[in-house]
Formats: sequence, structure tokens, C-alpha cells
Amino acid sequence: MRPVIDREQVLHVARLARLHLDEPEVERMAVELSGVLEHVDRIAGLELDQVSPTSHVVELENVLRDDLPAPSLPVAEALANAPDPDRDSFRVPSPQA
Amino acid sequence: MSAAIDLSVLEAAAAVRDGAVEADEYAAAWRAEAAGDELGAYLWRSDGADGARADSGGELAGVPVAVKDIFCVEGMPTTAGSRILDGYLPPYTATAVERLHDAGAGVLGKTNMDEFAMGSSNENSGFAPVLNPWDPERVPGGSSGGSAAAVAGGLAPCAIGTDTGGSIRQPAALCGIVGLKPTYGAISRYGMIAFASSLDQCGPLTRTVADAALLLEVMQGADPRDSTSTGIPGGVGLPGAERLDGLRLGVPRELAGEAEGIEPGVREVFERTLATCEELGAEVAETALPHAEYGISAYYVLAPAEASANLARYDGVRFGLREDSSDLTEMYEHTRAAGFGAEVKRRIMLGTYALSSGYYDAYYGQAQRVRTLIAEDFRSAFDEFDLLLTPTSPTVAFKLGSRASDPLAMYMSDYCTVPMSLAGLPAISIPAGMARPADGGPELPVGLQIAGPAYSESRLLDAAHALESAIGFDGAPGRDRTTVG
Repeated sequence: MRPVIDREQVLHVARLARLHLDEPEVERMAVELSGVLEHVDRIAGLELDQVSPTSHVVELENVLRDDLPAPSLPVAEALANAPDPDRDSFRVPSPQA
Repeated sequence: MSAAIDLSVLEAAAAVRDGAVEADEYAAAWRAEAAGDELGAYLWRSDGADGARADSGGELAGVPVAVKDIFCVEGMPTTAGSRILDGYLPPYTATAVERLHDAGAGVLGKTNMDEFAMGSSNENSGFAPVLNPWDPERVPGGSSGGSAAAVAGGLAPCAIGTDTGGSIRQPAALCGIVGLKPTYGAISRYGMIAFASSLDQCGPLTRTVADAALLLEVMQGADPRDSTSTGIPGGVGLPGAERLDGLRLGVPRELAGEAEGIEPGVREVFERTLATCEELGAEVAETALPHAEYGISAYYVLAPAEASANLARYDGVRFGLREDSSDLTEMYEHTRAAGFGAEVKRRIMLGTYALSSGYYDAYYGQAQRVRTLIAEDFRSAFDEFDLLLTPTSPTVAFKLGSRASDPLAMYMSDYCTVPMSLAGLPAISIPAGMARPADGGPELPVGLQIAGPAYSESRLLDAAHALESAIGFDGAPGRDRTTVG
């Protein structure tokens, strides 16, 4: 199995990632991603059914801190970097435009 | 005053505490050096308002630190090298930087980097590339290239950076300085802009091994704001060893002896360093990390997968760039298209693909299993050996543009450093000598990587200190120097 990403797959993944690609980027991405995946494919053939996956290297379990009330970031500071703040909110375009 | 900037950080802080050096003057002298930056090492420089604290008696009294632009510092521009964060002013400060402050250090400036720490050459900075102080036609390495170039180029007494797959060690090697990636969890990640959360780790870039130990000891420790932080049990002392008697040092053949792509010059310096280890009393023998060769493959699934999730937050809503549109989804898509550079887009695409329906098990699941095997390989090797040695980078600094059009060639820069990252282990790069690049030209620094078991930083730093003394690298580009051997 040799994954070569085609143009349709590139567009599908770009939609999932909420990333607009222009036409030359789509073409380039298909070539570059295929090249990287071809290398990555070296691990696809390994027999690893008996191996458990590692998501985190330090063995930690149930790290809890005391539930103490503390002030949150003031609204004005939280909004200070916003491109379009409106009163106490972040304004965005309509999702149903 | 200019003589004070030749002191190590350890010496300078002691001189400030003793009153032999005036903290304000020392910080001002470093600001003057930083102002002469012709390497593109800094993205932002302090005007002294956040200068080192003269009244402090702390371990880093009066020392100005160059901070990679991936660390949030309240009120200081912080971009992670990305146009999407141009103009962002964090409302809070990273724990690592707070700890430096508490020890008496100030922030000298924010250093340039590959965008969101994705890169091995600093050419992926959203603002400008960084030049290697040894040869301005070559890269400083990455992603902490600005931090490494600042320290090697005499623009900062010390710096901090982050290492996800080699981003402290590889630029340290290419610039001829010391770079340490601690055990995963040693230093809090709070306020460190996330790339791949299960791999990212903060660490120091310094001129000496003792300075790296000093910065590590100041920054390490568990932090209630990062539940994955553990600190280093027992802390880290200053290294003092001059010998390696009784130490068993392993040389993993997959990353050194048989490995492809290691330049002849790098190999020669590495082998000479192994002989030095034996002269210092260590036992040196070959060992194996049978799955290390799959490190790059696993890494370039796991890191982009985590990145694709972490970078979802850059959506033009709460901070950073926004490209206006009347439709919400289109606003997201065009904001991200305009704000991210080519490599970041590539990794978001790669990560999203690897996590997408139908491919998750084949890529992400498989890579997580390879990660288990690599961690087990290290555990077996450390049953027989105290520390492992490899070259840090397969090559010396390469020319700007030479790998920019070939993502895979760039990724292979991290061949020797990625396995330790996947296993969460501490590793240090120290300058081991000089070698001619395979493509010709004057000699450039070669790094030696020393890796140890989790939380073995004190032993690692002691061994690095003994080797540093024996090698006697005089790491100053553009000055008269003696090359080793």
C-alpha cells in the first residue's frame, strides 16, 4: 500500500483543517505530502499488533490540584487581542451567511 | 564593563551578587551587543524596562536572557515566529520565564524561530531567516535558531528555547554552543505556545555546560498550571566532574556507526571524541536501538497530528490575524491561509490526514506503537549503559536554501535527536570540534549528543562537563581559535 495523495484528497483534508489552499498550493501539497507519506510508510508494514500505543511518556495518573477559587482573566484583558470585540464578546461573521 | 560580558552566566551572576559588577551596567552592555544584531536573531529587543533586577540576590542576579519567541511574556510581543500572531501581546507570563525572573534574570529580547517551532533551519520564520554566526551563508539550525545564533554570536549571555524533535540540540550543534533538552516534564510548559504537546520541552542554550545546569535548576519544577510537569527529583547541581571513570557509554550503531547520511567530517570528530571519552576513563562500546531508524517516520506522524489539533485555535476570533469575510467558515479558511507559512500548512495537512477517518490506525496508531518500541529500546540500552553518545546532527550547518525545497531532506536533520524526544529522555549537545562541510568551505562546529535515562540530568551534565574541559572547544566565531585535534 503506497499512499499517494491526490488532488481530491488534498481538498478534502484542507476542508477538514479549515485551510484555504490556492490552485498552485493544491498541486504542490499533493506532491510534497505524497513524498513524506512514502517515507512514513516504512512503519505501516511493521507487525505491531502486540505492542501497546504510547500517547504520553511520563507515567502520571489523576493529577489533581486543590479546587480553590481564584480570579479569572478580566474580560477587558481577554478581549484586548481580539480582532473584533463587541461589548463583552468576540464578534464573528454569521455561520449561515 | 565590556570585560564583564566575557564572563560565563555563573560568574556574572556571582559578580553581581558580590557587587563587583553593577547589574544595570551589565544588562545595558548586553542590550548594546543585542542592538548590533546582524544575524536576524532577535524579533524584539528590550529597552531595559524589563531589565535584570539589580536588587536580587538570586542565582541569576542581573543576567539578561534571550527568550525564544514561543514563550508568552506579559506585555511583550509574542509571535512564535508566525504572521498569524503578529501584534499579539500576551496577558500572562510563561512559568519558565517567571522562574528566571524570580532568580533575578531579565528578558533581553525575544528570539527568532521557525514558525511554531516547525523547522530545522530557521528558514520557516514568518519574518526573516536567521544567519549562522560562523558563516552568514549558512543556517543556524532550528527551530531555536535565533536563540542559538544570539548566544554563539555574542548577542546574549544565554538563551532559552524549546525542543520537540531536536529544536534546541540541533541549532546548538550547528552554532557551536551547549543546548540541553531536559526530561519531558522537567520544566512547565505553561505559557509555552504549543506545537506537539507530548513532545515539547523547554531548555537552555548556553556557552558552557555549567551555565546550562544553572538555568535548568532555576527553571525546573512541578507547576500546578501544567499537569504534565514533574520537575527533576532531587534537583540539579552544578557539574564538577573532570573524569569519566567507571562510566559505561554506549554508541547506538543505528544513530552513529552504520547510520547513513552522516558527513565524513562529523564522523571523524565523533570518533575522536569517543577516544577522548576512553582517555577520561570511560568504557565505550557499541549498542543497538533497533527501532531508532523508524523515529523520523513516527515523529512526522505524531508531531503534525498533535500540531493540527493545537493550531486549530488560530481561527481569527480571539487573537491574532483575521481575514474578513461575510461567512464564518470562509473567515476561518482565509485567516489561516493568510497567517500560516508553507511548512505550517504542510504539517497541519499531514496531521489532519493522519487523524482522518480511515487513516487513523494505519498512521497515528502505528506511530504510537513505534514510539513504545523506541522507548523500550532505550530502556534495554540503559540496562547496560549509563549514557549514550551520538553525533547531534548528521551534518554541520548547511547553506541557506539548500534544503528548503525538499521537506524530507530537512526532516532528516533531526535523525539523531528525534528518538530521545519520542522516549521523553534528556539529551545535551556540546561542541565537540570543527569539521569541513561536505559541500566545501571553512570548518564549522560539530555537536556531540549525550543522552541519559529519565531524570538523569545531573549525571548527563557531569559527563558533559568533563568532556567540555577535555575537548577545550573555544567557541567564538570570528575570533582566533584553536581547532581540536
